[in-house]
Amino acid sequence: MYEVIERRMIVPNHHELTVRAPAVAASIRPGQFVIVRPDEMGERIPLSVADWDAKAGTVTSIFMQVGASTAKLARLKPGRKIPTYAGPLGKATPIEKVGTALCVGGCYGIGSIHPVARALKAAGNKVYTFIEARSSYLVYWEEKLGRVSDGVFVVTRDGTAGRKGHIDKMPAMMEEAGVKPDLVIVNGCTFLLMRTSELTKPLGWKTIVNMNPIMIDGTGMCGVCRLSVGGKMKFACVDGPDFDGHEIDWAEFLARRKSYSPEEIDPLRRSSSATHF
Amino acid sequence: MNDEKPAKKTLDLKRRPMPKQDHLERRKNFEEVAFGYPPDTAVEEARRCLDCKKPFCRDGCPVGIDIPGFIRAIVARDFAAGIRKLKETNALPAICGRVCPQEEQCEKLCVIGKKGEPVSIGRLERFLADWEAASGKLEMPEMAPKTGKKVAVVGAGPAGLTVANDLLVLGHEVTIFEALHDCGGVLTYGIPEFRLPNTIVGREVEYVRRLGAKIHLDFIVGTTRTVDQLLEEYDALFVGSGAGLPWFMEIPGENLNGVYSANEYLTRVNLMKGFRFPEYDTPIKQPSKVAVVGGGNVAMDSARTAVRLGADEVHLVYRRGRHELPAREEEVENAEEEGVIFNLLTLPIRLIGDEHGWLKEMECLEMALGEPDDSGRRRPMPIEGSNFLMPTDAVVIAIGNSPNPLIPMTTPGLEISRKGGIVTDEATAKTTKARVWAGGDIVRGAATVISAMGDARIAAASIHKYLTGQE
Ligand SMILES: Cc1cc2nc3c(=O)[nH]c(=O)nc-3n(C[C@H](O)[C@H](O)[C@H](O)COP(=O)(O)OP(=O)(O)OC[C@H]3O[C@@H](n4cnc5c(N)ncnc54)[C@H](O)[C@@H]3O)c2cc1C
Ligand SMILES: Cc1cc2nc3c(=O)[nH]c(=O)nc-3n(C[C@H](O)[C@H](O)[C@H](O)COP(=O)(O)OP(=O)(O)OC[C@H]3O[C@@H](n4cnc5c(N)ncnc54)[C@H](O)[C@@H]3O)c2cc1C
Ligand code: SF4
Ligand code: FES
Repeated sequence: MYEVIERRMIVPNHHELTVRAPAVAASIRPGQFVIVRPDEMGERIPLSVADWDAKAGTVTSIFMQVGASTAKLARLKPGRKIPTYAGPLGKATPIEKVGTALCVGGCYGIGSIHPVARALKAAGNKVYTFIEARSSYLVYWEEKLGRVSDGVFVVTRDGTAGRKGHIDKMPAMMEEAGVKPDLVIVNGCTFLLMRTSELTKPLGWKTIVNMNPIMIDGTGMCGVCRLSVGGKMKFACVDGPDFDGHEIDWAEFLARRKSYSPEEIDPLRRSSSATHF
Repeated sequence: MNDEKPAKKTLDLKRRPMPKQDHLERRKNFEEVAFGYPPDTAVEEARRCLDCKKPFCRDGCPVGIDIPGFIRAIVARDFAAGIRKLKETNALPAICGRVCPQEEQCEKLCVIGKKGEPVSIGRLERFLADWEAASGKLEMPEMAPKTGKKVAVVGAGPAGLTVANDLLVLGHEVTIFEALHDCGGVLTYGIPEFRLPNTIVGREVEYVRRLGAKIHLDFIVGTTRTVDQLLEEYDALFVGSGAGLPWFMEIPGENLNGVYSANEYLTRVNLMKGFRFPEYDTPIKQPSKVAVVGGGNVAMDSARTAVRLGADEVHLVYRRGRHELPAREEEVENAEEEGVIFNLLTLPIRLIGDEHGWLKEMECLEMALGEPDDSGRRRPMPIEGSNFLMPTDAVVIAIGNSPNPLIPMTTPGLEISRKGGIVTDEATAKTTKARVWAGGDIVRGAATVISAMGDARIAAASIHKYLTGQE
């Protein structure tokens, strides 16, 4: 069992979850993820890591509440124990000296891009971070990201923070600021991953996306996390989750992500599962 | 006893049937199909054994169980002695008695089998194991004095559990590291409840725990800690990480929604209890028309699972004939009884979806059988122009698995075969890396429970020799 150290809503619908898991904290690297099971009847869901403290043996994730499992996580209180917190899983994001790196984060990715930015900075790169959110009240960790980067850019859909618009504004904002990235790394919701890849392709900016398909084991055993990269079948949990965004078959990926939607949003499920929440 | 004795004894050529759930009833539940022998039937079946002077059956068992020995104990109704005998060589009798391909192993060499039906060695083994569990008096073996040596075991499947069992009895300290949240490997996440209930696997795991094994679940060797890091702390390490990497057919449309690997399908149901969704959180599709591709035990398990999940029609699509099906005969019969439709000599070549990326039909070719190939089975050859479409809502691909790549990828110094398995020395199960042994599916590729256990015994003996300075 793994003890919950902290669980708080950080911005609406997004929660920061810190768990004591010393073995994970000792070995985790940017871009990797853990598999969490909120209770004995729970499913195994993957969460990227946003921070960790190897000394204290704790690991932090930001998660967005979407369905039953994340709803269970959102009700956890400090001191509670959860049955599964396994990791690290996946390959770490390769951290090299490339020159200028642009780290893009949206929703939970604003959190999980943080260790990537920090490591790239430590490796001697110029690092910029770019946050996309619907509104100012959904922006978090701006300062924390500022401490590990040379500049933070923000866009919000309603213009209440940073520039008004969405990720489509990114290339123009980079040009204005005179930033020419040698590498773009994107974490967060699928649409952001896809759209950023589409924008950077004509610009020739190498773009790495941290993919988030449906998973079960996270160790390469079940095959549910498969996706097509450059026409080849890859398993996100062992071959990724980072891939070249310009090589991904996005239409297929979007369809696969929805494969259990009919079950998950079945209203019957909501009422019957409420009994064991 | 002399050589003529078998001839004098009247031969009882028919094996006692094992009672099982009615096929219409069992289509609707995940409970075990076969009930096992009641004691009197077990004794009757055991009496059929000729107690041959040279027990060929024993040569057919990869772990060399003293088969006449334990059968004699059943005849004498000394079930406690029988289970003790079994456990001398097999730590997991309740499991082997259920899933071993006996007809290919011990029972194939049974002398009566030449004239009639062989003695039901597997069922008798299962009987003793279940008798022990029901009696509530689990006998613990005699333990050797502690040696103070520490062994790490990767994976809690049959290979890992067997190594742990043997080394603990020999007095070594054993820690098992398991990536999933439950022990048992394929026995827990793959083989369905109706063939091998998870409580039985749990019982065997509990036994190994009582022998003193420390078990760390949710621990992924390679990433949580590497093999090299573990070697700093442990005197020896055994890798039993299995063949968990599913194969696909490499035909168009395999990433459509509605296409599953057997591992995904079975894991959702068995490990994650998807059949009890929404009580359990992991969903599983309940399509009405399911096609399972493959012909082995994994395919049979998937098809029978689909039946139980309520599919109207379940097809098993296999490119060779009935005679070539690699699955156990008993399970093929069970599947037929349960209404699985066999589409033999059929090869899927393309999966076709609708505009939303959902599978809707499968294009297949009819096949004919040619000359035997390297595997000794007749080679399936496509009949040109025989293409046809099979409408289907779900396809489960059960054509095989390769060794799990996690350990090979993260462990320098391990020689890996072309097929992705860890290379070992057959006589000792030693790998090319010092202080590391390996066995089971990670070495052989998808094989059997008993072969994994056989490897494990060899490894345990070799590890013991190494730890006690006998080499
Ligand atoms: C490598 C990896 C890292 C991830 N990191 C994070 C993270 O740091 N923070 C975080 O909030 N999420 C992360 N995710 C996504 C997260 O695992 C899912 O949001 C979660 O599994 C949803 O579970 P649920 O039971 O709450 O929702 P469900 O009931 O399973 O989902 C409800 C419906 O929402 C859809 N859905 C919406 N978004 C997702 C999504 N992202 N993944 C899967 N299904 C989705 C599904 O199709 C489903 O039908 C990550 C995913 C992967 C593969
Ligand atoms: C559906 C199905 C039906 C089958 N039916 C039969 C049958 O009827 N009869 C029969 O004899 N055989 C059958 N088999 C085959 C049999 O189950 C396997 O040969 C056997 O389980 C192999 O044992 P193993 O210990 O080598 O590996 P596994 O049982 O695969 O166990 C490996 C364990 O290691 C863990 N692991 C993997 N990587 C790591 C890591 N890096 N760190 C920590 N842990 C790790 C896995 O999670 C798993 O628990 C069947 C297989 C399947 C899939
Ligand atoms: S372990 Fe398997 S092969 Fe050996 S005697 Fe038992 S059923 Fe036969
Ligand atoms: S999550 Fe099962 S193979 Fe990737």
